[in-house]
Amino acid sequence: MPPVDVDPLALSTAARLVVVAGKGGVGKTTVSAVTARAAADAGLRVLAVELEDKPALAELLRGDHRIETMTLTPSDALAHYLNTHGLARVSRRLMNTGIIDVVSNASPGLDDLLVLAQLKSLARDRLDVDLIVVDGPAAGHAITFLQSPAGLADAVTSGPVATQAREVLEMLHDPHRCQVVLVTTPDTTPVTELIETAFALEDRVGVQLGPVVVNGVDAFGPLPDPADLTARLPSGAQGQALVAAAVTRRIRQQREAKALRRLADELPLPLLQLPWVPTAGITGADLASLVARFTAVTT
Amino acid sequence: MTWHSLEHLVDTASVVVCCGSGGVGKTTTAAALGLAASLRGRRVVVVTIDPARRLAEALGATDGLSNTPTRLHVPLPTETGELWALMLDAQATFDDLVRMYAPSAEQAANILTNGFYRNVSSAMSGTQEYMAGEKLYALVHDERFDLVVVDTPPSRRALDFLEAPTRLTRFLDHRVARVMLAPARTSMRVMNLAAQPLLRTLGRVVGASALTDAMAFLQAFEGMERGFRDRAHAVGQLLGEPDTRYVLVASPRHDTIDEARFFADELTLRGRSVAAVVINRVHRLYGPGSSGEARQRAAATRDQGDLEVARLWDNLAELRSVAEAERAEIDPLRQAVGDAIWTEVPWLDDELNDLDSLMAMMTPLFAPSGVDG
Repeated sequence: MPPVDVDPLALSTAARLVVVAGKGGVGKTTVSAVTARAAADAGLRVLAVELEDKPALAELLRGDHRIETMTLTPSDALAHYLNTHGLARVSRRLMNTGIIDVVSNASPGLDDLLVLAQLKSLARDRLDVDLIVVDGPAAGHAITFLQSPAGLADAVTSGPVATQAREVLEMLHDPHRCQVVLVTTPDTTPVTELIETAFALEDRVGVQLGPVVVNGVDAFGPLPDPADLTARLPSGAQGQALVAAAVTRRIRQQREAKALRRLADELPLPLLQLPWVPTAGITGADLASLVARFTAVTT
Repeated sequence: MTWHSLEHLVDTASVVVCCGSGGVGKTTTAAALGLAASLRGRRVVVVTIDPARRLAEALGATDGLSNTPTRLHVPLPTETGELWALMLDAQATFDDLVRMYAPSAEQAANILTNGFYRNVSSAMSGTQEYMAGEKLYALVHDERFDLVVVDTPPSRRALDFLEAPTRLTRFLDHRVARVMLAPARTSMRVMNLAAQPLLRTLGRVVGASALTDAMAFLQAFEGMERGFRDRAHAVGQLLGEPDTRYVLVASPRHDTIDEARFFADELTLRGRSVAAVVINRVHRLYGPGSSGEARQRAAATRDQGDLEVARLWDNLAELRSVAEAERAEIDPLRQAVGDAIWTEVPWLDDELNDLDSLMAMMTPLFAPSGVDG
């Protein structure tokens, strides 16, 4: 029998709702877009959700008509909540007077809970989609974001908020309904933070952690040591450039290998990787090739 | 105003604010600027938001940093230079403000234990940004320091820091807050208020206990509002003063450059300008020559049968192609910021997490040109 391949798509879409989280700059949005695109390629109907006003995920997925995108901010979630709780009439007035500030400040984590509650409603009601991918909050905030229902369930024992909190908690604790995919780059500091976040989410939220995606792994492959090739290198500036570039690349590869080993050693989670794209920022044009190169980490 | 160099900037500024989107190396840049200024004889305090532990240790803060300045034990060549650092604790800073403006210890205690206050002071969006400004204000008026370097919170939008004081004032001016802040007349006031239609609706949304907390907070806040408003105004003024200099930090990627350009435009709209731009982790070109030339050499070398050396050319071609793509992103920003000091820090072989590597980062920061030609 051939060896069983790790299937990145199956791993990262194991639950109906996938929340992608990671520290700023590590490529959360890229990983969300790749997951959405890979799922759509496999025939799944995908809804891609981003939580900030700046439509970065929709931008990456633009032109892919198979994937529906939406933005869900706390004020969108509040408006939705008011409309579905018999407060549609006052909703516009509440929003216009800027009362959102007061509302979201009055109750700890209410804005986060409302966002999660709407994600829960989407997962329940949108029977026309198979997978909901959420480009989630930055790592530090991921913990408070996902902790909000537990906090509110303790603080508020009755009423609509308590019901929402309980229902969201049920969803977070069900590995078939929801999982969190953590993203990092293969660098020391982001890896350290990811490991801390992973344990905190497991201990304090009890949410299912999906695979960890290491984004931007150097895929150039082995590079000979220029010190062994000195006699064959051109003289002068050209040769110096070759050596300097090779030294930098080799140090970088060693550093990345070390970071990947640390993740494998310290986290009992499957590791996936996306290659570094040698450009100054991912665009929609890079997505197809990234999907094809979304693989398991081998250490 | 034209500044010739970062040396001049750290020698003359009284406040340096490092701005940029998350993950671009803001904290490290702030630490490097602070370290450089102290090496040049200034008494510097660096306000960090969430420094990686190893960075704090690298700076000699082995026991970690707290919300009050800690003197760092970095060997300095001058007798006058000092380097201090603190890690912003938004909640503790807010608590200090409450204690400062509360007319009595009892009123302070009422506020500090109020549920609504605990939440606003720790979780209200913008609180961290505002408290960074507040901390800055306090340190500027602290005679121990000549220069305050601030690392701004990791918001997606760099602008949040500038807008925070206005947002706090707007919150205090909010109609609901105004209603609740009106002088109390009877002990039944909370209940009367809760019966108002707007607040009744609010109560149905947030829950009655949250609303009661909010009202109790605003009542406890009575009389302190003026002090807070004046302070927010003063912090806003400080952020707009010519002695406060903005250093934009970005990485050479489309999204962070975009954010930096947006921030530069917003500063201009506010009558201020960017003093300096630091682009971190820029790929080098490795001497003259393009990625295309290196690619040709790779093919030619491969044809000659030397596959190993051909790999080295492939590598050079790829790294140069990244450098060229980054250049195309960076140059428009450089045009846009005009006179600002321009600094590019190359992709360094060491990760920036110890004193030596901070020193290594400072070399390009304080060298006159960018990454190489």
